[in-house]
Amino acid sequence: MSRATVLEARNLKVHRGQTQVLDVPALDLRAGEVLALMGPNGAGKSTLMLALAGLLPLSGGSLRFKGAELAGRPEREAYRRRMTMVFQDPLLFDATVAQNIATGLKLRGAPATLREPAVRAWAQRLGIGHLLGRPARQLSGGEAQRTALARAFALGPEILFLDEPFASLDAPAREGLLDDLGRILAETGSTAVLSTHDQAEAARLGHRLAVMKDGVILQTGGLREVMNHPEDPFVAAFVGMETLLKGQVASSGGGLLTLRLGRGGDGHEVLAVGEARPGQTILVGIRPEHVALSLHSDKSSSARNAFPGTVTKVVPRGPFFKVELDCGFFLAAYVTAQSLAELELGPGSTIVASFKATAAHLIRREGLESEV
Amino acid sequence: MDLIWEGLRKALELLLTLDPEVLRITMLSLEVSGLATLISLVIGLGIAIPVALTEFPGKRLVIALLNTGMGLPPVVVGLFVTVLLWRNGPLGFLEILYTPAAMILAQAVIASPIIAGISLSALQHLPPGLRLQILALGASRPQMVWLLLKEARLPLLAAVMAGFGGVISEVGASIMVGGNIKGQTRVLTTATVMETSKGNFEVAFALSILLLVLAFTVNAVLTHLQQRNRPR
Repeated sequence: MSRATVLEARNLKVHRGQTQVLDVPALDLRAGEVLALMGPNGAGKSTLMLALAGLLPLSGGSLRFKGAELAGRPEREAYRRRMTMVFQDPLLFDATVAQNIATGLKLRGAPATLREPAVRAWAQRLGIGHLLGRPARQLSGGEAQRTALARAFALGPEILFLDEPFASLDAPAREGLLDDLGRILAETGSTAVLSTHDQAEAARLGHRLAVMKDGVILQTGGLREVMNHPEDPFVAAFVGMETLLKGQVASSGGGLLTLRLGRGGDGHEVLAVGEARPGQTILVGIRPEHVALSLHSDKSSSARNAFPGTVTKVVPRGPFFKVELDCGFFLAAYVTAQSLAELELGPGSTIVASFKATAAHLIRREGLESEV
Repeated sequence: MDLIWEGLRKALELLLTLDPEVLRITMLSLEVSGLATLISLVIGLGIAIPVALTEFPGKRLVIALLNTGMGLPPVVVGLFVTVLLWRNGPLGFLEILYTPAAMILAQAVIASPIIAGISLSALQHLPPGLRLQILALGASRPQMVWLLLKEARLPLLAAVMAGFGGVISEVGASIMVGGNIKGQTRVLTTATVMETSKGNFEVAFALSILLLVLAFTVNAVLTHLQQRNRPR
């Protein structure tokens, strides 16, 4: 089912001094979706978000909200009363939690009879109902961000902009808030834009993903599509596709291709899904969670790629361990603590790494020939 | 020490007997400095708000000038205001020299940069994203300015206190533009100077003590306002 477009951005450009810091030819936001903007610090996520929220003067381009162009100041002011934004810093006022949550409603002219129930209801939903009378400056980081979110949701915004709302929280506060925010976004069917540099946050909250670098969107698409089929090496690395293999297509046909790894690849061949011209230089990406490790080669497995290798490093990654392997080329795999113990993995261990051809994703890139 | 005790006794006596001249001097001091502070608050915020909220070439120079203005010597202000209001001066037609109006004008010139400078600093010290957050909550521009001022209310009241403190205690400008005319422009500071020069130390002490009490009372009221709605 196609959803109505709520916000259309065309040819958005923002300059800081003489430098262009944002250049987005086209970006649409559809009703009920959460668009996750991902990118490293300085990629332009916050700039894009402020531009989309009408809070930043544009040096070019246009914004249309529900079909109407936000051309002048009155239109932008009216638009600002239909959306809201939560920043990394909760930016609460020197007042009580209840007064903070009520601020936006008060600014938008809601009478006290409407404000009070809304404040109570949203404080309850965000788990801060018991803190309504507390001064905002006495709150913990997590409580303060919950207050900021309650203040935003109480407005019933038609678009909710969330600018790295978890970035300054500690892990337990972040986890709890991620769960609650995910639940509330789903229950309310909110249309939202979330900026983050964390792929786990994007994966948990986002429906669509846009990966940014240097003020430009490199790729936009469905969450799985971008995560599994990045079109650019930067996007691939950023969405956690930790193994990127470069080489030449040895053969191709029937939707499968054989990649002969280039420099440093020791002539290994990798079977991947995709079509490419034989001789063409391409890049293939493999997510670490798609790589299986075993002590011996398993002939009965459906994995078409199996390589013996040596463990070079084991790095804890939250609930998993990342195992880095030297198979004649670099390969990364995620394993659980249990697997790590059972396989007795550690630097120097010999192991067989395997992955299916469908886990090896073709990333085309122009200009690769000159680099091989 | 005897002089001080005598001064205290005299002050108490003047207060308890409600000496009409002392009462008039005290009320005029309060009126002149209070009005000058109010005018300075309007002027000071009128300067501080646009300077704090907009970017323009030469902003740093404006801030440096404001900060310099915070230390304007009252006698210099007195001199300039006298020349301005002199019969043949640019504002001579107002005919307010040697009236309380002239004293209010001079004191407003002294207090405005103080209030503007402290207010500017207060607004600049608010979290950088707060303005955007307020706008994102749907505020109009006047609503945004009001919320920012409310958020900076503690240092803003400190600015008012500093401004009032600066003018209630100054003597140079008041004596130059007011003339210390009995019953018309005599305020606590100018009267204290006069009584000291006449050798009437007890009266001078009494007037000084009244000045301190007045300054304390006004600041106590402002402090109460400052701390009243502060969540604890």
